[in-house]
Amino acid sequence: MRNSSNSRADLVQLKEAVANLPTGNAPPILSEILEALGRLVDRAEPTVIDLGAIPFTGGDEKVLQEVLGNGEVNAVLDAMGESHIQETGIPGVWRVDHSDPKGEVQSRFIEITFVPDILKTQSEDALRGQEILAERLSERLRATN
Amino acid sequence: MSSSPLLPKMMKAHGVSRRSFLKYCASLTSLMALPPAMAPRIAHALETAPRPSVIWLSFQECTGCTEAITRSSAPSLEELIFDSISLDYHHTLQAASGYAAEQAREEAMKEHHGKYLVIVDGSIPLDEPGFSAIAGISNLDMLKETAEGAAAIVSVGTCAAYGGLPQANPNPTGAVAVSDIIKDKPIINVPGCPPIPMVMTAVLAHYLTFGIPDLDELGRPKAFFAESIHDRCYRRPFYDKGLFAESFDDAGARAGWCLYKLGCKGPTTKSVCATVKWNDSTSFPIEAGHGCLGCTEPDFWDNGGFYKPLSAPAGEYRRMGQAALVAGVAAGIGGGYLAKKNKAKAQADHETVDAFTLEKEESES
Ligand code: SF4
Ligand code: SF4
Repeated sequence: MRNSSNSRADLVQLKEAVANLPTGNAPPILSEILEALGRLVDRAEPTVIDLGAIPFTGGDEKVLQEVLGNGEVNAVLDAMGESHIQETGIPGVWRVDHSDPKGEVQSRFIEITFVPDILKTQSEDALRGQEILAERLSERLRATN
Repeated sequence: MSSSPLLPKMMKAHGVSRRSFLKYCASLTSLMALPPAMAPRIAHALETAPRPSVIWLSFQECTGCTEAITRSSAPSLEELIFDSISLDYHHTLQAASGYAAEQAREEAMKEHHGKYLVIVDGSIPLDEPGFSAIAGISNLDMLKETAEGAAAIVSVGTCAAYGGLPQANPNPTGAVAVSDIIKDKPIINVPGCPPIPMVMTAVLAHYLTFGIPDLDELGRPKAFFAESIHDRCYRRPFYDKGLFAESFDDAGARAGWCLYKLGCKGPTTKSVCATVKWNDSTSFPIEAGHGCLGCTEPDFWDNGGFYKPLSAPAGEYRRMGQAALVAGVAAGIGGGYLAKKNKAKAQADHETVDAFTLEKEESES
């Protein structure tokens, strides 16, 4: 066969190179982010962009990262698998990446908002927190008495 | 048989935080190709939607579909969603049997007339009612009777969706699909042998929150059946370069080359196996070194043999779109060219080609 002389390492490289070829989808996403940032500044209107909805490769991710850079906040959620929530170097623009318990990426989003909702404690969870804390305190009381 | 929402209570009982649930809904929204802003609405709808009454009918089937959906790792959110419906009849899972079981079905039908959801797995034999019956009622009668007051029907698995394995040549029982019998109700086909559990629950979640999803020409939800396995296959760069494994243990197979010549049906099969994967996202057949069998497409058992390349004439491609076949194989460079060349030749000669002949031809040319 014509390519049988290729070494295995070459082929792994080829596979990675193809998977990381930019599709050209980063620039339009970036201008969408700029527009969304305008809505956030003017009307406090948040926007979510689903990176799973379009072909978006490692190469596109690189372009995005080059333009947006790293910001001040970097949080890791531990909720049925890890999620990484990072403010980019552009304040108001966040990366939200969800993984499952095995570490496989489930979904990737760009959120243009003051703080992503997923970071806030949900009122249902706070209610449960109230119950748990009350329970722990009364347990301690029982133990010391 | 209550209709009050159960999900919040169950989440609490399993120690699942609402934040985890919101995260799940965000990924579900992405998977269902819905606008991301819908995620909080999906969460809210799932939490507040009344538990719909569901009647699950199992006809000529192997119980694999029920196994797949009930055996996902516990306590997954898929399972919680499945548990949040009111499953009023499922003769494999329910404790009651015989008369009591049939009574539960009749009660659910009466009480929720026009509102309940029917899920069917398995095909329906038409040749002889006695070929498959439950409590003395033939599958055909039970389907017609139960469908009458249904809001919608979900055909789970390839057997209910298209006839599946029972319908394979020579179709000894005269097996047909649900949609061959019921013509006046919305039917959602979720084919697969079995379907991916996440897909089944996502379709259920979509039905609970926004009703019937967008369907393709085969009645399948577009969100999960718009792209082929081949579109998303990680071996695709090898296909495009014309690098094919020739046997299951050659150097190409070990280097992870494309499985086209070993019979992979990925180019003509629409499913999300390559992205969502199987067994809690562990792997999928092509990743394990075996080609796709094409189990989400009609007549996959009769489409010319699991180990013959797609370019081999399949005999009778009964309902599978020839257009899909051509579009699929024409998409690549190497394999596409090979496929067209050999298919044309084989058709002209009225002979079949297999991996061996392809190999020979190639070394000669
Ligand atoms: S033919 Fe099969 S193994 Fe090859 S790229 Fe397509 S889906 Fe993947
Ligand atoms: S890879 Fe193909 S045969 Fe296997 S489950 Fe998916 S669609 Fe079915």
